[in-house]
Amino acid sequence: MSALLSIQGLQKSFGAVVVADATSFDISEGEAVGILGPNGAGKTSLFNLITGTLKADAGQVGFAGADITTHSAAARCKAGIARSFQIPQPFGGMTVFENALVGATQGAGLSGHEAEEHALSVLDDTGLLAKANARAGTLTLLERKRLELTRALSAKPKLLLLDEIAGGLTEAECHSLIATIQSIHARGTTIVWIEHVIHALLAVVERIIVIDFGKKIAEGDPKTIMESPEVKEIYLGVDPDA
Amino acid sequence: MSAATVTRSTRASRIAMVLGLLGLVVLAAAPWWAGRADLRLMGEIYLYLSLACLWNLMAGYAGLVSVGQQAYVGFGGYMLFALTVFAGLNPVVAILVGALLAAAISIPIATLIFRLKGAYFAIGTWVVAEVFRLSFAQIQALGGGSGSSLPVAVVKELGAKKAAREATSYWLALGAAVIVLFAVYFFLRSRRGLALTAIRDSEVAASGLGIDIWRTKLEVYVVTSAFTAIIGGLIFLQKLRISPDAAFSVNDWTAFVIFIVVIGGIGTLEGPIIGTLLFFALREVLADYGTIYLMVLGLVAIVVMLKAPKGVWGLIRDRYDLELFPLSYRVRQKD
Repeated sequence: MSALLSIQGLQKSFGAVVVADATSFDISEGEAVGILGPNGAGKTSLFNLITGTLKADAGQVGFAGADITTHSAAARCKAGIARSFQIPQPFGGMTVFENALVGATQGAGLSGHEAEEHALSVLDDTGLLAKANARAGTLTLLERKRLELTRALSAKPKLLLLDEIAGGLTEAECHSLIATIQSIHARGTTIVWIEHVIHALLAVVERIIVIDFGKKIAEGDPKTIMESPEVKEIYLGVDPDA
Repeated sequence: MSAATVTRSTRASRIAMVLGLLGLVVLAAAPWWAGRADLRLMGEIYLYLSLACLWNLMAGYAGLVSVGQQAYVGFGGYMLFALTVFAGLNPVVAILVGALLAAAISIPIATLIFRLKGAYFAIGTWVVAEVFRLSFAQIQALGGGSGSSLPVAVVKELGAKKAAREATSYWLALGAAVIVLFAVYFFLRSRRGLALTAIRDSEVAASGLGIDIWRTKLEVYVVTSAFTAIIGGLIFLQKLRISPDAAFSVNDWTAFVIFIVVIGGIGTLEGPIIGTLLFFALREVLADYGTIYLMVLGLVAIVVMLKAPKGVWGLIRDRYDLELFPLSYRVRQKD
């Protein structure tokens, strides 16, 4: 199986704070991978390095066989990487439909009727079609999270990066979001998902990578990872040597 | 699929379009029904409207909050004088050539000042404008620090009689405002306009969706600079006299323009129009009160910023869900 995303020796620090320390991993095409780690471990920074919002100090980001380390965020989106933001960044003055249309026309490069149809079909998938004419700034938290997902999907990504999209939702909301993400994955989109809501993550992902202080400390199938001492220490505060 | 259809025009926008076109016909006929003083005032209103639309595109959409657009107003004005006097060009041709030169000069300036962010960018643009002012004051052939008048021979190219010249000058100002308004409108309606509107709302999300922020901003800066130079040329074609202090006045060409856009509603197409009308209404009412005029303007600006940060148009739009220029997309679901 070929790697869709290939991270090699990625290094990034802000002064003394290291957010990526010789991080390396591959994501295969069609996979769904979860990323775990305590707050401040460098998970969102990792996404920023993959999408090009941050520039790496050293190391390489490969995507679909090409080295994209020096590419701009815009070029990476056009190549097929789209993300949702942990703190929703809606285009607040635009309608929900227009938010999706930005992704369809700019990221996916569609135009005219084709772009409009694509934006509508994504809104239908993510359950926001009824809100299509609402200004994005007026949406509720769940709707904003769905809008993040909508906008990322509207760019027709090969690789979808989800950053704590289930955080802050009620149980019912969370379940319907999981169903949406499962169906996106079932249609072949590769997903990398940062999430603290573990049951949501486990419902979708096939593999988990654990990060702490910018370092990859564990990687494997979800069951093994959740039982590993490193993860228990991070999430339950249990000393692995005890 | 097609469980829904997408439209852009609304009833309000269609009515506004018809009324706008009728209004335009009436305004175009003004030389036959308005007095000379009114004609001058209306010409000035059109030119301020254009400056406000352009500044709004830059600051309200592209996030380029410049306080130095007087650089291009003055540059356009001086190019009118230089190209007519020294190159013997027709005034209208000189203004258009001046716009191309302004576009050319704005590119290296942009690469320099785009390195600055936020307040530093604003100050940088002001410094550039001051450099322009001081440079033009050094050119003795254009009158140096005291400036010069447009030669009678050049003025007569607009018309042999005074009434004809004033009418021509009026139509040029009206034409420029219509062109600027439509250019901004069609740009914002296009795919790139959608991208620019996205940049207005969130730069980080826009770049993550494939929008090249730097290039989009550069395009906006270059085009607005060229149009601003055209307006500058027309302003000084009305005034017939230019000096560095008048040409590069931060008060006249930037402070008033910011006032117009902010009270009207920044980041909307309707805002600058409403703002221009309010500004001139205040100016005409307060014309006899001297400095109190400026104090009232300041007071109005403060009240609007505190009570209606989205401007007068923002208030109207939020209350009645109105849109005069059909930029939005509306989705209609069929069941």
